[in-house]
Amino acid sequence: MLQERIALTGNEAMALAMKQINPDVVAAYPITPQTEIVQLFSSYVANGMVKTEFITVESEHSAMSAVVGAAASGVRAMTATSSQGLAYMFEVLYIAASNQLPIVMPVVNRALSGPINIHGDHSDTMGARDAGWIQLYSENTQEAYDNLIQAIRIAEHSDVQLPVMVCMDGFIISHALENLEILADEDVQQFIGEFIPHRPTLLNLDSPVTVGPLALYDYYMEIKRAQAEAMMRAKPVIRQVGQEYKALTGRCYDLLEPYKLDDADIAIVVLSSTAGTTRVVVDELRQEGVKAGVLKPRVFRPFPYEEIREVLAPVKAIAILDRADSYAGFGGPLFKEIRAALYDAPARPPVVNYIYGLGGRDANLNDIRAVYRDLDKIAATGWTDQLVRYLGVREEAIVHA
Amino acid sequence: MSVKELVERYCRTSKLPHIWCPGCGNGIIMGAVMRALDKADIDQDKTVIVSGIGCSSRAPGYMNFDTLHTTHGRALAYATGVKMANPDLNVVVLTGDGDCSAIGGNHLIHAARRNINLTVVVFNNSIYGMTGGQYSPLTPTHSYATTAPYGSIDRNFDLCKLVQAAGGTYVARGTTYHTRQLVDQIVAGLGHNGFSFIEVITQCPMYFGRKNKFPSAVDMLKWQQEHAVPVKAAAKMTSEQLAGKFLIGELYHEEAPEYTAVYEKEVIAKARGEVK
Repeated sequence: MLQERIALTGNEAMALAMKQINPDVVAAYPITPQTEIVQLFSSYVANGMVKTEFITVESEHSAMSAVVGAAASGVRAMTATSSQGLAYMFEVLYIAASNQLPIVMPVVNRALSGPINIHGDHSDTMGARDAGWIQLYSENTQEAYDNLIQAIRIAEHSDVQLPVMVCMDGFIISHALENLEILADEDVQQFIGEFIPHRPTLLNLDSPVTVGPLALYDYYMEIKRAQAEAMMRAKPVIRQVGQEYKALTGRCYDLLEPYKLDDADIAIVVLSSTAGTTRVVVDELRQEGVKAGVLKPRVFRPFPYEEIREVLAPVKAIAILDRADSYAGFGGPLFKEIRAALYDAPARPPVVNYIYGLGGRDANLNDIRAVYRDLDKIAATGWTDQLVRYLGVREEAIVHA
Repeated sequence: MSVKELVERYCRTSKLPHIWCPGCGNGIIMGAVMRALDKADIDQDKTVIVSGIGCSSRAPGYMNFDTLHTTHGRALAYATGVKMANPDLNVVVLTGDGDCSAIGGNHLIHAARRNINLTVVVFNNSIYGMTGGQYSPLTPTHSYATTAPYGSIDRNFDLCKLVQAAGGTYVARGTTYHTRQLVDQIVAGLGHNGFSFIEVITQCPMYFGRKNKFPSAVDMLKWQQEHAVPVKAAAKMTSEQLAGKFLIGELYHEEAPEYTAVYEKEVIAKARGEVK
């Protein structure tokens, strides 16, 4: 497989992948830090490099609505957004999922208002975690590109038929230049294949259908259950598509990406770009003889709780880093679900939570080192009374009521 | 009032300098709003300035009033809440072309329909400036934008006509070139008891100008000077003479029942049993 090695920002890589996917319809509305993706894509449209119908809508609510309309009529449809834009799409996200429309959408993760903030955290997509969309999180530009191409196959698979969000960290990845390997256009086309609608679509005169009719207490639960089953079926499909992608590119993608976890005493679980920072600290600690490891979930929906339990159960102390808060829920969303997954582990390891990096606050090597130091102590005693902590917050700057 | 006095009285000087690009007209509009508030002798402590999202909506951050910076497109909805909660407040809305005519278009027509006493100043720079120059519903047809490399084919709104048709009772258009007239238009809007709407044509040299063959902000201001026609002058001109031009000045004015006053009289008073 001939792959070209070039330098692109995360946004450029996503736009390139969209160009190579060449969807039938793209609807777009600008929002920082995503804007560049659809803006670059609009130039591909204007220059005749894609066959896409490009709709510049007046809001994200309309963007998702237009894409739902397009997908319901049986074509490959995409959009992209961030933060407030995703929040504004909220009601239509559920429509896309319940109609089982295989829409694929890059989401450049950004904090939600207020206060207004344009930088990266995961509060936007974590807020939409129960909308019924598959969620893939990307660590770097390469993964963002690779995930977007695989997302088409996952979404459109006959066993799945669900929308997919491909997330990457705002600015940290979206605006940073990195080397990556890209596929040739024809290889992407061959990998994703022709769009085949697996469900009845609009505009089929031989078999007219209504998409999105009323379903009250008579059918609503069965429809929701079918949606949950499609989500469960997505897990093996994501792995299978990952295997095929590996055969094509040599790059391996699974539900989880463990690093030096096999013999680890202490481990951090973290999504997206901070996983890279954490691996650097693990390598340092290993030099010092500390058995540290990292687990990076690539897939948050469907949540791979069995696989997570299997790899984390032998660890002596675990820290879950959440780049989103639940404000006096029991920790952040990743913590809650992983801690619950470990409830059935033979020996339940202590699991603590760190809320970090909100509104783009840096999580640097020292922050990660501090977490591993805490874990060392917790592993030694097997106990801590402080389960939810905040990383890198200036306690003295908090205005208390 | 000198510029220094104006800034010291009406700006949060600790927030300056502003973030607008060199040549941007937004500072001219913010200055005009502050001069108008001063000229109309508006009580600074009884004035709320509301904005949405975009370059325009940064303005209230620099202004020494009670200010409310809201979400994209929703300034008018928030402002309606402020005015309904306390009709004695002067409520000024600073918004942009994308903010008020695209994502917030629905709120614009309904605020106008109710004729609620808000003073709306639209910073119309014909582009989404903050996100890097995508075309908006007010980008003139055939203009260039980052999302329209071969020119926009969309027809643009005439926002003043839209607001008038929707029920707005004071409608004016100004420019950042005609600054004295602009101050007077805003003063008239502040004094009008009803929905006041002032569209201000402003320059974005960075994104609109560069894409549309305006070498500098000065050229954009010259374009305003050459293409703006005062309403009175336009009355004596033929349609051929007016082709390609746009009108400035007071475009519409009527007195009609104001929403919060009607609400007080016809809903609250009845609910309290004060009238039947």
